[in-house]
Amino acid sequence: MLHLLWLVPLLPLLGFTTLVLLQRVLSRTATAIVGVGSVGLSCALALAIASNFLLAPPMGGAFTQTLWTWMQVGDFAPSISLRFDALSLVMMLVITVVGFFIHLYSAEFMAADRSYLRFFAYMNLFVASMLVLVLAGDLLFLFLGWEGVGLCSYLLIAFWHEDPHNCVCGRKAFIVTRIGDVGFLIALLLIFTELGSLDIHTLMQHASAQWPVGSPVAIATAVLLLAGALGKSAQVPLQTWLPEAMAGPTPVSALIHAATMVTAGMYLIARTHTLFELAPPVLLAVAIIGVLTLLISGFSALAQNDIKRILAYSTISQIGYMFLALGVGAWAAAIFHFLTHAFFKALLFLSAGVVIQALDEEHDIHRMGGLRTRLPAAFWSYLIGSASLAAVPLITAGFYSKDLIIASVWSSPLGGPWLWAGAVLGAFLTSVYIFRSVFIAFFGEPRTLVGQRPRARALIALTVLSIGALVIGFLEIPDIFGGGVHVLSEFLQQTLPRSAARPEPARVEWLLELVTVCISIAGIYLAYRLFLRRKPEAEALASTEDANLLRRFWGSGFGFDWVYYRVLVGPYEWFARVNRRDVLDVFYNTLAAISRMLYGMLRQTQTGNLRWYMGVLAAGGVVLVAIVVLT
Amino acid sequence: MTNTLPVLESLVLAAVLFALGLICVLVRRNIVFMLMGLEIMLNAAGLAFIAAGARWGSADGQVMFIFILTLAAAEVSVGLALILQMFQRFKTVDVDVLRRMEG
Amino acid sequence: MMIVFYIAAVIAVAATVMTITLTHAVHALLYLIVSLLAVAVIFYTLGAPFAAALEAITYAGAIMVLFVFVVMMLNLGEAAVEQERRWLDRRMWGGPALLAAALLAELVYTFAFGIGPGGPSGGGVSPHAVGAALFGPYLLAVEIAGFLLLAGLVGAYHLGRRRTDAEE
Repeated sequence: MLHLLWLVPLLPLLGFTTLVLLQRVLSRTATAIVGVGSVGLSCALALAIASNFLLAPPMGGAFTQTLWTWMQVGDFAPSISLRFDALSLVMMLVITVVGFFIHLYSAEFMAADRSYLRFFAYMNLFVASMLVLVLAGDLLFLFLGWEGVGLCSYLLIAFWHEDPHNCVCGRKAFIVTRIGDVGFLIALLLIFTELGSLDIHTLMQHASAQWPVGSPVAIATAVLLLAGALGKSAQVPLQTWLPEAMAGPTPVSALIHAATMVTAGMYLIARTHTLFELAPPVLLAVAIIGVLTLLISGFSALAQNDIKRILAYSTISQIGYMFLALGVGAWAAAIFHFLTHAFFKALLFLSAGVVIQALDEEHDIHRMGGLRTRLPAAFWSYLIGSASLAAVPLITAGFYSKDLIIASVWSSPLGGPWLWAGAVLGAFLTSVYIFRSVFIAFFGEPRTLVGQRPRARALIALTVLSIGALVIGFLEIPDIFGGGVHVLSEFLQQTLPRSAARPEPARVEWLLELVTVCISIAGIYLAYRLFLRRKPEAEALASTEDANLLRRFWGSGFGFDWVYYRVLVGPYEWFARVNRRDVLDVFYNTLAAISRMLYGMLRQTQTGNLRWYMGVLAAGGVVLVAIVVLT
Repeated sequence: MTNTLPVLESLVLAAVLFALGLICVLVRRNIVFMLMGLEIMLNAAGLAFIAAGARWGSADGQVMFIFILTLAAAEVSVGLALILQMFQRFKTVDVDVLRRMEG
Repeated sequence: MMIVFYIAAVIAVAATVMTITLTHAVHALLYLIVSLLAVAVIFYTLGAPFAAALEAITYAGAIMVLFVFVVMMLNLGEAAVEQERRWLDRRMWGGPALLAAALLAELVYTFAFGIGPGGPSGGGVSPHAVGAALFGPYLLAVEIAGFLLLAGLVGAYHLGRRRTDAEE
C-alpha cells in the first residue's frame, strides 16, 4: 500500500494535465468532476496509505521511495524521492482532506465564473506541488514543490486578471516571497557544498555529525533557511504580501493563503529541525519573530474593515504562533496548531466566501450586519471558526492547540515569561478582533440585501470543516483535564524531538490554564462591549484624533509597505528613471552606428552597373599585378 | 629555321590585345560588344600560353590553349543565349538597363 | 619568319582596334575574324601549327559564326548603329584607356625584365606531343572540359528557348 505513495501527488497533476489538454472539449460539469475528483481520489488514497502506515509502521518510522535520479552531474545527484514519516503524513492528510473540501466548495462557488476550467487547473497544480513539497525526500525536489506552490499562488491571486489591481497584488506576493526564496536557494547551495548531499535524511545525519552546536556554518544555513520560511509563511519582515493576496478568489485564500501554502515555512523549519537545533540563536530568532508577527498582525487585524483582510492578518498571526512554538522547541505543538488552524481558518474563509457572494462581492464588515438570521449556515460556521480561532475553552480545537503552545512557551527552557506574555496578549487580541467581525457582520441591523444562498456542495464542505474545527483538538488534551491525551505528540515523536518543556507543578499548570481561558473570554467580552453594545464613551474615545491616527497606523499593517516603498521601491524607481537611456547602451549604439556608416559607404559601390563592376575588377587586377611586379 | 622564336614579342602582343579587349569591355554599352571584348581577352591569354610553351618547347602551353578554346566555346554559347533572352525581355542590348541589383 | 610575325602582329592589333571602335556589329565581327586569323599566323610562327589550325577553325570559324547568327537574330539595323555612335562618347574612353595602359605597362615591364631571351627550340611542338600530353597527364582536365561543354550545351539550350506566354 505504501508503494502507491507516488500516486498521491500524481493524481492532482494528472487532473491538471487532463484539464489543460482537454480544455476545448470538457463541459463545465466534466471540468468539476475532473478537478474535484482528482483531489478526491488523492484524498482517499492518502487516507488509505495513512491508515496502513498507522497499522503497520515501517522500519525506523519512515518510508522512503526513490523514483528516479533527477540528474547526475559529478557528485551532484538529486533524486526524485518521496519520504513518508509522521510529519509528512500529517501534512499530507491536511492538504488532501482540507484541499478536497475546498475543491468541493469551489465547484459551487466558482460556478458562474467564465474561467471555471482555468481555476480548477491551477488548483490541481497547486495541490500537486504542495504534496510534492511535503512528501519530497530531497531538498531540491522539495524546492521544486516550493516554487510550484509559489507559482500557483501567483496565478491564483491574479486569477481575475482583468482588474490590473489583482495583477499588482499577484506580483507583489510573488516578488516578496521570492526574496525569501533566494535565501532558501543559497542555503541549498551551502548545504550541498558543506555536506555533499541534499537528501534530507542523509544531510541531517551529516550535519549533526560534522557541525558542532552554534558553529557559524550551521547558523548561516539556518538563517538562510529561515529567510525562505519567512517569505513563504508571511512572517515579519516579509509579511506584507499576504493581505494583498486576498485579491484572489475566496477558496484560493482558504486553501493557499490560510490552510496549506503559508504553513510551508513552518514545515520547512520542522523538517530541517536538526539544523535549527544546531543554531540556538536562530531558534531564538524564530521565537522572537513569531511573537513580533503575532502581535503586529493582531493589532493590524483590529483596524481592518475588509473581512478577508481581517482573516489574512489573523492567518499571519496564527502562523506567528506556530513559529513561536518552533522557536521554543515545541515541535509537536506547532504541527498541532497547524492542523487545527487548517480546519478553522479554511472554515472561516469559506463562510466569509458565502457571505461575500450572498452580498454581491461585498467585503466591508460595516456594510454587512444582521446576517445571523438571514444566512444561518454561514453564521454558524463562521461562529464555530471564530470560536476555535479565539480559543474558546474546552469545546474548540483552537483552544487545545493554542493552549499547548502557550504552556510550552512558559515551561520551555528556550521560552520564558516575556515570550509567554506576548503570546497571551496575542491570544487576547485574537479574541477581540475576530469577535469584532462576528458582532459587526452577523449581529445588529441588516444593511444589505442577501442574494445567493449556499447550496449542497458548499454546505457539505462547511459542515465537515466545522466538525473538524471542533473535534480535532481532542487529539491532544492536557494532563490536568483528567488523564490527558497525547495522540499527536506521541505519534510525531517518531520524527520530531520531544518538547524540551520541563514539567510544572500542577498549581502552576492550573494557573496557566486559567490565564488562557480568562484571556479568551475577556477578549470576547470586550468585543461584545465595544462593538455590539456600542457604549457612547467608547465611541467618543474611538473618534479622537489620536485614536484615528492609531487606527490608520494599525490599518496599514504598521506601515511596513510605506517603509519598503520609501527605502526600496522608491530609490529603485528613481534609479530606473534616471538610467532610462541605459548607459551601457551607448557602447552598443556606437557599434551599430559604425556598422551602419560602413554599410552606407559600401552600399555606394553596389551600383548594379555591370561595366562599373568590370572596371573595379580591372583596377583590382592592375593593383595585384603591380604588387607582384614591384616586389 | 632559326633557333630564336619571337617569344618576347608575342607576349607583348598578347598584352596589347588583352588591354584592347579590356578597353572594349569597359567602354561598350552594347552587350554584344562586351562579349567580343571578352573573346579578345581570352584569345590574348591563349596567345600568351602558346608563346610560353614555345619558349620552353613544352606541349603544356598548347594544351592550355585548347582548354581556353573549350572554355571560350562554352562561355560564348551560354553568353549568347543570355543575350537573346535579355533582348526578348527588355528589347534592348544596353547593359546599363540591367540595374535591378543596385544596392 | 620574323617579318611574317611583325606583319601579322600589326594586322592583329589594327584589326582589334577597329573591332572595338566600329559601331556596326557585323563590321566589327569581320574585323575580329581578321584579328583572330592574324593571331593564327602568329601561332604558326611560334611553331604551333596545330594551335594555328584550331584557332582558324574553332575560333574564327565556329565561335564567330555563332556571333554572326546572334547579331542577325537581334536584327539591330541602322538605328542601332546610330545609338552605338551616341554611346561611344569621347569622354568615355579616358578611364578605361588609362586602366588598360597601366596594365599593359605592367605586363610589358614584367616580360622585358622577367624572362630571358628566347631559348633554343627545335621547330616548335608537334601535334603528336600535344595529343600525348592531352590524353596523358591532362586526361582528367579533358574530362572536366567535356563536362563544361555539356553544361554549356544544356545551358544554352535552356536559355535560348523562346518562352511562350503560357510558360511565363
